Amino acid sequence: MTRYVLKRLLLTIPVLLGTIFLVFTIMSLTPGDPGTLILGATAKAEDIAKLNAEFGYDQPFFARFFNYVGDIVLHFDFGESYRTRAPVFDEILARFPNTLRLALLSMVISSAIGTFLGIYSAVKQYSFVDSFMTVMAMVFACMPGFWLGLMLMLLFAVRLQWLPVSGLENWQSYILPVVTSVLSGAAGTLRLTRSTMLETIRQDYIRTARAKGASERTVIWRHAFKNALLPVITSWGMGFGASLGGTIIIETVFAIPGLGTLIVTAIRQKDVPTVLACTLFLSVMFCLIMLVVDILYAFIDPRVKAKMK
Amino acid sequence: MGQETNTREYKKYKKESQVREIWRRFRKSRVAMIGLILLACIILVAIFADVITPYERAIEQHGADRFTPPCGQYLFGTDHLGRDMFARIVHGSRYSLLIGISTSLLSLVIGGLIGAFCGYYGGAFDNLVMRLMDVLMSVPPVLLSLAVVAALGADLKNLLVAMTISCVPGTVRLVRSVVISVADQDYIEAAHSYGGGDWRIILKYVLPNAMGPIIVSTTMNISAMILSAAGLSFIGMGVQPPAPEWGSLLNESRAHMFEAPYLLYVPGICILLTALGFNLVGDGLRDALDPKLKD
Repeated sequence: MTRYVLKRLLLTIPVLLGTIFLVFTIMSLTPGDPGTLILGATAKAEDIAKLNAEFGYDQPFFARFFNYVGDIVLHFDFGESYRTRAPVFDEILARFPNTLRLALLSMVISSAIGTFLGIYSAVKQYSFVDSFMTVMAMVFACMPGFWLGLMLMLLFAVRLQWLPVSGLENWQSYILPVVTSVLSGAAGTLRLTRSTMLETIRQDYIRTARAKGASERTVIWRHAFKNALLPVITSWGMGFGASLGGTIIIETVFAIPGLGTLIVTAIRQKDVPTVLACTLFLSVMFCLIMLVVDILYAFIDPRVKAKMK
Repeated sequence: MGQETNTREYKKYKKESQVREIWRRFRKSRVAMIGLILLACIILVAIFADVITPYERAIEQHGADRFTPPCGQYLFGTDHLGRDMFARIVHGSRYSLLIGISTSLLSLVIGGLIGAFCGYYGGAFDNLVMRLMDVLMSVPPVLLSLAVVAALGADLKNLLVAMTISCVPGTVRLVRSVVISVADQDYIEAAHSYGGGDWRIILKYVLPNAMGPIIVSTTMNISAMILSAAGLSFIGMGVQPPAPEWGSLLNESRAHMFEAPYLLYVPGICILLTALGFNLVGDGLRDALDPKLKD
């Protein structure tokens, strides 16, 4: 088991490097150099050249890339912001907890709700509750998250004034953003859990379990759910990716000081190092969550465990 | 001559009946039909947008009529510049459909070719491409699109490029897995022994037989693409004003949500209905194309 985890950890390194390379390449397609971006096109040529050298921009692409990776690995240095000239990492560190808290909260709640309701729907297939859930899940899956956020804001913050409109001052201000992303996230998990459970319930071993007189609860939780769990866990991981992506947009709706709003501002200001670092940070988070999902797989699925031996 | 015509006749007959069979099964699902009707309406609105109301009305500013709530003259009211929201919504349908359909089809063509190639040949090339796709998939799609838009600049063309890139890896994976399962079949072996070239076999035998799941996922992709395009436009990284894309309509109206909340309702509902339409049709197609559910 330890060997598997180690192997999987080692395999993550090339993917992470690849991700850094990909994002770095995309961002270096940005037209213009830092000198011109900061000082403006009217500045003196030598000033621009000097600033470019300061940012290491006078070096060839691959040299810049390896410097960047080296700085991250050795000094945890993600470069300087073009705008504030402060280390990008400080700004990210200040905002990252907000994004992480939102994304994790939404993932945990939406996974729990989606999985539970999905199982319930599958067990009571064709019942009124099942149809209702299926329709609701379909509607919420197709609803743009930011619009849902705006509507909730209009109702609960503006009309009823129960909850704060924006910001993240107290725990109440978490409610609207989390509910917004839970509703769309849970819809996806519900649909997947339901269809996986429906497939599992039709298997022979479920009939066997019923035939030997196991109670309905044992059949559903011990026999059916355990076997349906694998794709469902994947959907939790994907749900985290989706809620990270969704958080970027939802943060804008509720004006939350997180990585999402940081990235949007940085794009507007053409602050390449900040965009690069934010994207990397979020992608690495996603990679790590998928790593956890893979390791969970090994714990749950005896087939994966057997392969490791 | 006789046999040639016979085969052709037979083929035509066979193809027709297959489509008819799928249609028969599709029609049975009431939900799928609702989706289809919904989509038909939206597509008709997009095609005949100029007939319904001229584009000028969507960008014309009536300073005196700013923030008019919905009324007889302005069906959905007017925005902060006094533009007719009804005309803007009608013309906005073109953007959503254009973006959703073109990015999905583009990624289908690119991802489909790469995926088919990888699945069919396997080997080192396949390995390399799949690792590359792993990397692409390790960046959440919205983020990947954002990075591309950030580098290239926010406009419609770059949005299309960005979203296609974020959509390709999923398509490659799907097509590859379907092609692998089809390539093992006996009729592919038979086509080989007839001396068919690889590309001919891929295009003529492998892909058509792998089409079911691919059509379904493309339909679903359209819905997902419409949603993320709206999201990106909403944060100002997609279609730029004054173009009346639904997401950017919401972006513009958000600043005035307290005095004119009515501006927010309709664009959101339009996005929802369009995405829902494609999703319902995709679900219906999945059931109709699934041979296991034939009866």
